[in-house]
Amino acid sequence: MKSLEDLKKVREQARQMTGLRGDQEQTKIIVGMGTCGIAAGARETMKAILDELNKRNLTEVTITQTGCLGLCEQEPIVEVEVPGEPRIIYGKISAEKARQIVSKHLVNNNIIGEWVIGRK
Amino acid sequence: MTIYRSHVLVCGGTPCVLKGARTLKDLLLKEIERYQLSDEIRVVETGCLGPCDDGPVLIVYPEGAMYSKLKPTDILKIVEHHLLKGRIVEELVFRERKSSAGALQGSAVPLEQEKYLSLQKRVVLRNCGRINPDSIDEYIANNGYLALGQAVTTLTSDQVVKIVADSKLQGRGGAGFPTGLKWSFTAKTTSDQKYIICNADEGEPGTFKDRLIMEGDPHGIIEGMAIAGYAVGASQGIIYIRGEYGLSIERMKNAIKQATDYGLLGKKILGTEFNFEIDVRSGAGAYVCGEETALIESLEGNRGEPRVKPPFPGIAGLWGKPTIVNNVETLANIAPIILNGPEWFRSIGTENCPGTKVFTMLGDINNQGLVEVPMGITLREIVYEVGGGIPGGRGFKMAQTGGTSGGCLPSEFLDMPMDYDTLSKVGSALGSGAMLIIDDTHCIVDVLKSFMKFFCHESCGKCTPCREGTTRLYEIVLALSEGTATDTEIQLLKELSGAMQLSALCGLGQSAPNSLLTCLNFFADEFQAHLNGQCPSGICKNLTIESEAV
Amino acid sequence: MTVTSCNIQKPNLGEVIEKYKEFPGSLLDLLHEVQEIDGYLSRDVMQQIAEGLGISESKVYGVATFYSLFKTAPTGQFIIRICESAPCHIRGAQEVLEAIEETLGIKPGETTLDGKFTLEFTSCLGLCGVAPAIMINDQVYGNLTSDRVKEVLLNF
Repeated sequence: MKSLEDLKKVREQARQMTGLRGDQEQTKIIVGMGTCGIAAGARETMKAILDELNKRNLTEVTITQTGCLGLCEQEPIVEVEVPGEPRIIYGKISAEKARQIVSKHLVNNNIIGEWVIGRK
Repeated sequence: MTIYRSHVLVCGGTPCVLKGARTLKDLLLKEIERYQLSDEIRVVETGCLGPCDDGPVLIVYPEGAMYSKLKPTDILKIVEHHLLKGRIVEELVFRERKSSAGALQGSAVPLEQEKYLSLQKRVVLRNCGRINPDSIDEYIANNGYLALGQAVTTLTSDQVVKIVADSKLQGRGGAGFPTGLKWSFTAKTTSDQKYIICNADEGEPGTFKDRLIMEGDPHGIIEGMAIAGYAVGASQGIIYIRGEYGLSIERMKNAIKQATDYGLLGKKILGTEFNFEIDVRSGAGAYVCGEETALIESLEGNRGEPRVKPPFPGIAGLWGKPTIVNNVETLANIAPIILNGPEWFRSIGTENCPGTKVFTMLGDINNQGLVEVPMGITLREIVYEVGGGIPGGRGFKMAQTGGTSGGCLPSEFLDMPMDYDTLSKVGSALGSGAMLIIDDTHCIVDVLKSFMKFFCHESCGKCTPCREGTTRLYEIVLALSEGTATDTEIQLLKELSGAMQLSALCGLGQSAPNSLLTCLNFFADEFQAHLNGQCPSGICKNLTIESEAV
Repeated sequence: MTVTSCNIQKPNLGEVIEKYKEFPGSLLDLLHEVQEIDGYLSRDVMQQIAEGLGISESKVYGVATFYSLFKTAPTGQFIIRICESAPCHIRGAQEVLEAIEETLGIKPGETTLDGKFTLEFTSCLGLCGVAPAIMINDQVYGNLTSDRVKEVLLNF
């Protein structure tokens, strides 16, 4: 490291690693991971989301899982919560659809209306 | 670089390791592997998370759920329910950090446990338990070394000294001397070589904050030392760590190596003309070496006996050169002060004693462990809110503040603010921040016996008031506990204590009588009872219990 | 000197002296390292150190006896250090001490006849969060009771 700029560069890289532990409001993706969700393929959905975030280097997103919402027929269910906006709940999200949610909703802020099953 | 959906921080502080944290971590990794979650979940071993009494502990992020008192079966539950299915295992949760995602899950945290966190303000412990102490990258991610970078590239040495002086930071080792003033003396002295010494010879009984900072955030200390070096014009730093702290020595050495590899220590730091290197040296078991001139003697390879002051080390210290000796906690405050400014620092704590203080809470208290709170918190808040009260609902008898060299305060002082000024006015001291809580089942004389024996053992023997005084004090307290002391001896205790405070060479002998004098003052009845052959608590074996005698 | 189990003439003593010779003030570090060889600093060894560094024997002896981690006589294979500071005292260190004394049949300052354990007092180990605590060689043990310490000793 030869300058303050070098230090800041290392910091930006390193932040991607620890961003998860911050307290600031972040965009959240919540995947339903009850038994029914997993049975419907939620694990593949989760893996696809992680993979997509990694590829796009989206570090400011929190991914968590939750239990069954009670809409088992709609599983796998994915919720997207952008700070200051209503929570969007998508139903029947396969791995492929999950990738599109990342690219369209998270990156370009376009909600994919046809898959939405609820808003909170 | 990989993104994980969850980070599990396993406490790797010594108390948790003692309770099997390493075995649990291995089991955790195995379980995560078994559920094929290795790509999604990252396990990190951190420094101390704080509530040592409830170890082993771990935290799962992003929820910020802290699990405590863990057993292997709990790990199985946490992996299966929380990590796999996303449900927090409520019955194992100790307390929850306030975190946005946590709110989703609802919170079943009892109010008194939340107080442990809500009353805390973490400056010194900002990274402890949040980062992997063996990773310089994680430190840098949290603005690590930015203060050093800004100091050496945008500030002059004088400006750095002024910022620290304006912050009104006081030395956190015990004496509370203004850090900025100390630095300014050395900065003004011209010399071909100056030294920055980090005093990590933490030996005050009941104190383990420095160990936790070294184990949990070693880079914070290195950064503070380097900034100190820049401020006063020193190119050599030395960390003197007590020999018993194996893990601290290991972590500090590793951190220094990483910083050197990154060019944050060494020659021409960040492209400037500033050079700074750090060595780790270890002590060999001598309490008195916590005294700065004794520490310097020890570093020169001698018996650790204090020097006569003046000259003070700031003018003539190690090898006769100007030397700054700062405590670990003091140095850990430096980077945040540079980054956030002196006004920010003064906004925390009290007017005369700003900032936070790390306290260790011990003895008869439910949450044994350490906390960082703003200066000026009351004893009551520490004991009953942060500390969770006294076990078994027993009564508060006294608190010894500042470790074994501090004074003892009875319940009348529960609402007194804890800072350097206020405590020294009542004959006690904030000292290192150790708070030994003693409940009403204990006997004052018996406790004092333990304090006096300690000083008797640790006096280095160089000066007569301390060498002879500590032995006589112990003998008289021993006589009290055996029922053979008389009024004359109480008088002698007072006289001897006064003489020691005035004439002992260093802080050890000067402060040894503090606990005794405060107890004589506040618990005179109990001394009188012992003179009459009674021990009201029934602890001293040769004496009768008061109630039987009446 | 009645030493049976150690070989004072181990070659690395000279190497250690050589390594530190050039560094002023490194006597403590040197003694730490030398003590690793035999577990204590014999008179012979201290003489050699004094000669090697060109300092007086009394200086080496003075330093070695000042610090509690240095030993000038053979100790047991395992040194049990029991904390006698106030926080451990409050939490029942006396009971732990009595249990150790009873189990091993030695008092502080003594070594068991088989040369396995030495018992000694230490001041605060900084493990007050898990008081009462002891240290056996490099290992630390906390939250002890008379029963738990007996269990710990059984593992040696």
